[in-house]
Amino acid sequence: MSTLLTILLASYLLGGLLPLCVPGRPHLQNLLAHGCAAGAGVVGIALGLAGLLAADPLTGSFSSNIPYLTFAFRLDPLAAFFVLTISLVGLAASIYALGYVGEFSGRVSLTLLGSLLNGFLLSMTLVVLADNGFFFLILWEAMSLLSYVLVVTEHEKPGVREAGLFYLIMTHVGTAFIILTFLIFFQETGSFSFDSFRHPDQRLPEGLRSIAFFTALIGFGAKAGIVPLHVWLPYAHPAAPSHVSALMSGVMIKTAIYALIRVYFDFLDGEFPWWWGFTVLVIGAVSALLGVMYALMEHDLKSLLAYHSVENIGIILLGIGAGMIFHTYGLHELAALGLLAGLYHTINHAAFKALLFLGAGALQFATHTRNIEEYGGLLRRMPWTGAFFLIGAVSIAALPPTNGFVSEWLVFQSLFLSFQLPTLFLKLILPIAAAMLALTGALALACFAKAFGMSFLAQPRSSHARHATEVPVSMRIGMGLLAGACVVLGLAPMLVVPLLDRITGPLTGVAISSKVLALDGWVVAPVTVEFSSISTPVLAALLVGAGALGLLFARMMGKPLRARYYKTWGCGLNLTPRMEYTATGFAQPIKQVFETIYQPTVKLETEFLEQSKYFIKHQRFEFHIEPLFEKYLYTPVVTFLLAIADRLRIIQAGSLHLYLTYIFVTLVLLLLWAG
Amino acid sequence: MQSVIQVLLVVVQLGLLLALSPFVVGLIRKVKARLQCRRGAGLFQPYADLAKLFRKQPVISSTTSWIFTAAPYIVFASTVAAGMLMPVFVSRTPLNFAGNIIALVYLLALGTFFLILAGLDAGSAFGGMGSSREAIVATLAEPAMMLSILAIALTAGSTNLSTIVHQSALMEGVVVAPPAHLMALAALFIVTLAETGRVPVDNPATHLELTMIHEAMLLEYSGRYLALMEWAAGIKLLVFLTLIVNVFAPWGIATSLTPSFIAVGILVYLAKVAGLAVVIGVIESMFAKLRLFRVPELLGAAFILSLLALVFFYTLKG
Repeated sequence: MSTLLTILLASYLLGGLLPLCVPGRPHLQNLLAHGCAAGAGVVGIALGLAGLLAADPLTGSFSSNIPYLTFAFRLDPLAAFFVLTISLVGLAASIYALGYVGEFSGRVSLTLLGSLLNGFLLSMTLVVLADNGFFFLILWEAMSLLSYVLVVTEHEKPGVREAGLFYLIMTHVGTAFIILTFLIFFQETGSFSFDSFRHPDQRLPEGLRSIAFFTALIGFGAKAGIVPLHVWLPYAHPAAPSHVSALMSGVMIKTAIYALIRVYFDFLDGEFPWWWGFTVLVIGAVSALLGVMYALMEHDLKSLLAYHSVENIGIILLGIGAGMIFHTYGLHELAALGLLAGLYHTINHAAFKALLFLGAGALQFATHTRNIEEYGGLLRRMPWTGAFFLIGAVSIAALPPTNGFVSEWLVFQSLFLSFQLPTLFLKLILPIAAAMLALTGALALACFAKAFGMSFLAQPRSSHARHATEVPVSMRIGMGLLAGACVVLGLAPMLVVPLLDRITGPLTGVAISSKVLALDGWVVAPVTVEFSSISTPVLAALLVGAGALGLLFARMMGKPLRARYYKTWGCGLNLTPRMEYTATGFAQPIKQVFETIYQPTVKLETEFLEQSKYFIKHQRFEFHIEPLFEKYLYTPVVTFLLAIADRLRIIQAGSLHLYLTYIFVTLVLLLLWAG
Repeated sequence: MQSVIQVLLVVVQLGLLLALSPFVVGLIRKVKARLQCRRGAGLFQPYADLAKLFRKQPVISSTTSWIFTAAPYIVFASTVAAGMLMPVFVSRTPLNFAGNIIALVYLLALGTFFLILAGLDAGSAFGGMGSSREAIVATLAEPAMMLSILAIALTAGSTNLSTIVHQSALMEGVVVAPPAHLMALAALFIVTLAETGRVPVDNPATHLELTMIHEAMLLEYSGRYLALMEWAAGIKLLVFLTLIVNVFAPWGIATSLTPSFIAVGILVYLAKVAGLAVVIGVIESMFAKLRLFRVPELLGAAFILSLLALVFFYTLKG
């Protein structure tokens, strides 16, 4: 395993450095950077699998001459799982990037883009491997900064720099809280080593534990994009090049999920009051619902997908939150189930969200726009991209027999099993969370019906879409890889569950693999088969069989008539793309029903002909939805900070003498205080 | 021997769903016609309609993609698959292990997804409108459906339909918390009306009116594709009716596999479904279609009912 790890790190480093050594040869640079990253991805998948199956964690440590900092790493099943996830998406994104970066040729330095991608992948991989708080923070910061630089790749475009700055600020607010969390542990244990966090000489006081819970939740939550800390996500993720967006949405935000599980179940030893789990659950439910609701109103395909990341982080947290609640009450099997459901959804979301972002990138590559309203009819022009995007859409909408369905189903089950909890309050809250999840699922279905339908079906709505052609092979391979992963993860839960069980087993103290899988693994059940069960392979077979039956009926009962092709009925007119339903129109009923949340403002200006008010010369329609969190949470904070800064300007005269006086006075005061 | 019986049961259930669904549609139409003082078409008219459609040459819009021709098969397949997961005339249905009630709901959602896409594919405003409306109705119906089913599932301690039905059938009609059951029943009934496109949510009898939802999505379909879509809609209706009669009134369903039990099971099932179809026909005649933006209130009421059912279940149980 250590050999694999060495190869992995070396490949990323080579991928980062080699392109810099061959200046002026963009093709070779492209090949070197993304080839190394793809190779590292393959190695990483192997390493992740090996780490999951290994009996003992692989550890290692290199001391440094900086106090408290040791370059310690530890590959336990939890870390291995995230290495696997990162590598899988990294592999697909690197292959995809081979063709995709051509889009940026001549505008940005491809050398840097390739190098930074390797650096970003390396930092993410190391973050989950780090076993020292100091080391972890350095890597976390590196990951944040590298992703920031990648976000502002196209900084000449309007809005990109602002998006990058917003991201930079939010991620550092988060980092501040993470530092706080580690300092709390450090204060009690006197060391930054994760091992001492894990096994402190004496238990942390109750109050401090609760503070650590909240600082970790805020710190990592800002990276994960939980509501209300999600606001940077829909700006930053779309601004980045699509393969980077895929990595950010697919795996970078998952490192926060990793860290939360690490802190709650590992460092804090899984001992917590019920309201911790309850808080996580509520945040999960709210994130899921609001994420998908805002996604529905988006017409920028990549912003839409970014909002769906908020939704899916919510679903993951629903599983983890339920697991935490069960854990508090000593229902260890159910705790393991909730956690397993959350982790299963983590890798599923990584697969389908990355796939969808790569698909969005392919659309942008072919049409040079991200606006759904300007797409249309692309399935006939880009059949491969369309088919892959459809697989992603069906998966994220959690429709059987795909992978999204399996993990969402497991989350549902862990919420339904709440009747085993002792308090009436929680017995009612968990089913309500399930109902919110059901609403979320239904809205996600509507949203992806919109996204796919408006982009790929009917007639092209713009000349961009009309002239679109299929993307290069490397991009199709990248997408195909993830589409394949979605199918495998959906149809073969018997392969996934035992692996996940190796993570949840040590964390919750009970192995449930044999109970979750029944009938030789053909059936997935939440601990007991009597409560419920599904079998995606059988469902898939059933669907294929029933579809074949339909085909048989069509053949047997009818004459073998060839279909006739004719234009769509347009009430006697020739149908033009302007008559098609728009994405805005499609989502309008939803906007109206959930008015309270959206608070839409609609503006309609009509200019009539002078001769008659029955003939319209010009009409302009505008609608906006109120960004609630930005308006009521962020704007006040920013205004407040600016006001303070304004006051403080009094002492900032710009005179060097004055500043020297300040320093002198401060020094004297400090000396007095120290004395 | 055991496996032969299981396979036989699957085949009979499949045949029953396929064969019975047009009859239910015909029966509702007949009831409505009689209540409107018309004679109406014969009970078996939908069979003739389907047979005719299968023989007709389909006309396909030239703007469409493969989604348009694949969708009827997917919709048909997902609906039939959903029907195979639930107990129909025997309480322990063989394929029950493949999916519980959530799987059933999500299988139907798979059909809805492709129906919505099919509505968008031809590029006419009618299809888009139908798709958009179907999306909102399906969205609002789902939480209510999930909670109402959970309220029932809690009584049986299972979300597997066979277990639910088998247990409540063996209890011989003794229900643990009747108010909870009644509320859940009301909620599920409203959801049924919404999901299957009946009055007061949608009107299956209209074409070319701005009120239609389901029919608007099918507007561009013809020939065998339309036949499959219509058939699937009928099966979906039957699935919901079966769900209601078997979950809330499981009396008479075959709890063991003896020939007499099965014979009684089939007969009782037919009678119950026919009875419920008559009720739907009467309701369709009594109410007018709701304005689209009134539908959320109706489905909101269903959600509240199902939530109350849950509260009642816990509080009445002690």
